[in-house]
Amino acid sequence: MLEREACLRLLKRLVQNSPADQTEALLMTEDSALTRFAGSVIHQHVAEKNQTLILRVVLGKRIAVVTTNLLQIPSLKKSLQKAMALARVQQPNEEFISLPEPKPIPEIHTYSRAIESLTPNKRVKMIKSLLSRARGAGTRASGAFSNGQVEVAIVNSLGIEAYQKYSDLFFHLIVEDERGSGYAGFVTRDPDRFDPDVLAREALAKVSKGESIQIEPGEYEVILEPYAVSELLSFMSYLGFHALAVQEERSFFCNQFGKKMVDPRITIYDDGLDPEGLQIPFDFEGLPKKKVVFLEEGVAKGVTYDSLTAGREGKGSTGHGLLPPNTEGPIPINLFMRGGESSLGEMVRSVRKGIYVTRFHYTNVVEPMKAVITGMTRDGTFLIEEGEIKSPIKNLRFTESILRALSRVSAISRERRVCSEGTVYSRRFVTGTVAPAIKVDGFNFSGVSAL
Amino acid sequence: MKDLIHHILDAAKLKKVDYADIRVVRRQNEEIEVKKGKVVALTGDEDFGFGIRVLSQGAWGFACGSRVTKTEMEAVLKNALKIARASSKVRGKEIQFHRASPVVDHYRTPLSIDPFRVSTEAKLDLLLKADGIIRRNGKVKISEAFMGSYKIEKTFASTEGSYIDQEIVECGAGISATAIEGGEVQVRSYPNSFRGNFATKGYEWIEGLGLAGQAERVAGEAEQLLSAKPCPSKVTTLILDGSQLALQIHESIGHPIELDRILGTEASYAGTSFLNPGMVGQFRYGSEWVNIVADATFPGGLGTFGYDDEGIKAQRVPILSRGILTNLLTSRETAHHLKKESNGTMRADGWNRIPLIRMTNINAEPGEWALEQMIGETEEGLFLNTNRSWSIDDKRINFQFGTEIGWEIKNGKLGEMVKNPTYTGITPQFWNSCDAIANRDHWQMWGTPNCGKGEPGQVAHVGHGAAPARFRNVQVGVMK
Repeated sequence: MLEREACLRLLKRLVQNSPADQTEALLMTEDSALTRFAGSVIHQHVAEKNQTLILRVVLGKRIAVVTTNLLQIPSLKKSLQKAMALARVQQPNEEFISLPEPKPIPEIHTYSRAIESLTPNKRVKMIKSLLSRARGAGTRASGAFSNGQVEVAIVNSLGIEAYQKYSDLFFHLIVEDERGSGYAGFVTRDPDRFDPDVLAREALAKVSKGESIQIEPGEYEVILEPYAVSELLSFMSYLGFHALAVQEERSFFCNQFGKKMVDPRITIYDDGLDPEGLQIPFDFEGLPKKKVVFLEEGVAKGVTYDSLTAGREGKGSTGHGLLPPNTEGPIPINLFMRGGESSLGEMVRSVRKGIYVTRFHYTNVVEPMKAVITGMTRDGTFLIEEGEIKSPIKNLRFTESILRALSRVSAISRERRVCSEGTVYSRRFVTGTVAPAIKVDGFNFSGVSAL
Repeated sequence: MKDLIHHILDAAKLKKVDYADIRVVRRQNEEIEVKKGKVVALTGDEDFGFGIRVLSQGAWGFACGSRVTKTEMEAVLKNALKIARASSKVRGKEIQFHRASPVVDHYRTPLSIDPFRVSTEAKLDLLLKADGIIRRNGKVKISEAFMGSYKIEKTFASTEGSYIDQEIVECGAGISATAIEGGEVQVRSYPNSFRGNFATKGYEWIEGLGLAGQAERVAGEAEQLLSAKPCPSKVTTLILDGSQLALQIHESIGHPIELDRILGTEASYAGTSFLNPGMVGQFRYGSEWVNIVADATFPGGLGTFGYDDEGIKAQRVPILSRGILTNLLTSRETAHHLKKESNGTMRADGWNRIPLIRMTNINAEPGEWALEQMIGETEEGLFLNTNRSWSIDDKRINFQFGTEIGWEIKNGKLGEMVKNPTYTGITPQFWNSCDAIANRDHWQMWGTPNCGKGEPGQVAHVGHGAAPARFRNVQVGVMK
């Protein structure tokens, strides 16, 4: 890790030496490790150290972005020259107003020194104890355990100077026997909060409930665990909860603000500062995170902005800029669904005939404006009859509008959990969604697994 | 660099490793994205580093670093050894990593025009011209054009004495038109969805795509889709165009034949497979018309290279022969399950990732039909083009796809356009229902630059040769 002073000094020097009209320099450093196991043995164990510098230069309204992991002075000079050369041949973007000016950033702690104690031996020891529990229960275990330290520093020529150090740990576990499989996942910034026994108990509770039976596809009452709910929220976030999707008229929110879209029990928002989630004090433009409510008691309220999309509407950024050049829009990454009044047990007991879903797999968009998605259930799908979980069922394919499903929610759990896929492509930056379990009175399953 | 690499491999040998390799990789990317007449992204990326993999005390260790110096390499080797030592405490059966003869060689993508030597202005002109034509259509609210150029220079060296330099160049481009009206969003793309078509070729590949020449059609079809009738829901005959067949191959053949998935090492993330090694040589995967090869040698394929990241030479391997499963994608560690040696499919997404079994070019061999003949012989059905959505279960058996556009087939002729087409099926049933594949005149390579697998996540660039194909009794119109 470079630490605050060294990161900011490097970036300030770069920005000061830039001949561009405006310059932004963003540095991410990473020191991480990941251990994977399958069939109850460790088959992959890796460690990585890297740093990435992203330079965004502005000449008038011409913008170019250069990324490098070479931080020696001659390489940095070369990167700056390259960015300038690209900007000179770029077309002006008349909608661009300016890089952002500094705003006060809240001080929050996102780093736990305990992360540094997770040596390869310690990781293996924790996995070993968990594998032994799984074996003791007659199951095989697979999963991944990863811990990392990440720094994000941003300096721009208008005075932004932001730095934050993050720690993260995620663990996901699948246990399986001949009859079925169960899943549990955990993510935190504080490794002291991780208890492998709790994780093992949760996953093991999903197996050995008898032989899987096959049920016919169709519409059923469902209980969706927070893992499944978080997947629905992530798709809503990508498809419709941000300004670019609305500005391009491709969001399900278009022409719906102020109108009831889903059940009044539903409130969904983004809050980078809420300590129940994985906190992030500022976005990738160095602007403070603001809470944004998307659906309040079922009514469409607002969307997230970065400086470009905010500039188009004469508004301020809500602090949702992603890594440049972000052409996908200011997609929110600190999602929350408000909890309800029920316990998970009460919700199950209220189901006459329905399906209990732990998580979804390989979900994808079918029809964006209606938020129709499809995917499979996985690792813990059960038939509920007369208020009791009866038996595991073969995995089902669902094809359903998230909006329609959220219109049919009849109960929400009080308890929520942080859900994260954990794994990240390219640069490590672990995010999480805080979700409750929900009961949906009609959810469409369109197919069944052949196995 | 060579001295540094030999020094670190000698150091690994002194530590009495069973095996070690090092990859030093430099990647250079340039991407341009045009949206609604504006260049919304003009980027240049450079990335350099090395990764060391050791097999020691019966376990693997991998560590990597971005400072390519002697000191850093020594520290990274030390860390990789420490990791292997720790992992050896939870190891399973002995790792059977087959030996390979040392190879000293180099490979370079054959190309005519280096895309990194073409001026940015020329690239912008090409994209802006195509984008401008799309924007002439008033119903199109989002016009997009994309171009990407990628260069990977990598050196692989191992304690077995291999030393292989490779320079792989890829590029590709595409356009899309999104028509929006009254809450309806419809997209058409060319030459393929999700940014275009990609190949290990030079800039001549991009010039040959003729983006501007297709822009008006693409925009027009997006507009027509707004008022097209919905895809009917029924069981019918399906003809897929080559690009959709490519993704069908990718998801329902390419991934299931990865032996690491079959052995369960992707169980906690990407999933496993409905196949097992005992099915090789016996299992009827598809009809007799279905012949699939894994061909890492096919000129220009996006999954074409000289050597994989374990130092094994690129190969052409039959996978399905007249519908029967004959082989799987293997590595040096997994091939013994088939009593064979690796067929060279281990690739890593850069210096900071370990190699995994990845698809190369998984190609469906051309059949005998002209497309017109295939449609002409079809009394009733649907002709679907260009992927829009994909989903498949963790065993790769229950799939559902959506395409951008479809046309009804009635009495051997293409009829009305349909919007939001979807179809679903069960992998072996579907491939066994294939009763026609179009001939070489309709066959081409499709590059898939976004194949995800592994933890930490890795994106592989793979290829699929495909021609249109016909399938009987398929459920279409799976919509809520």
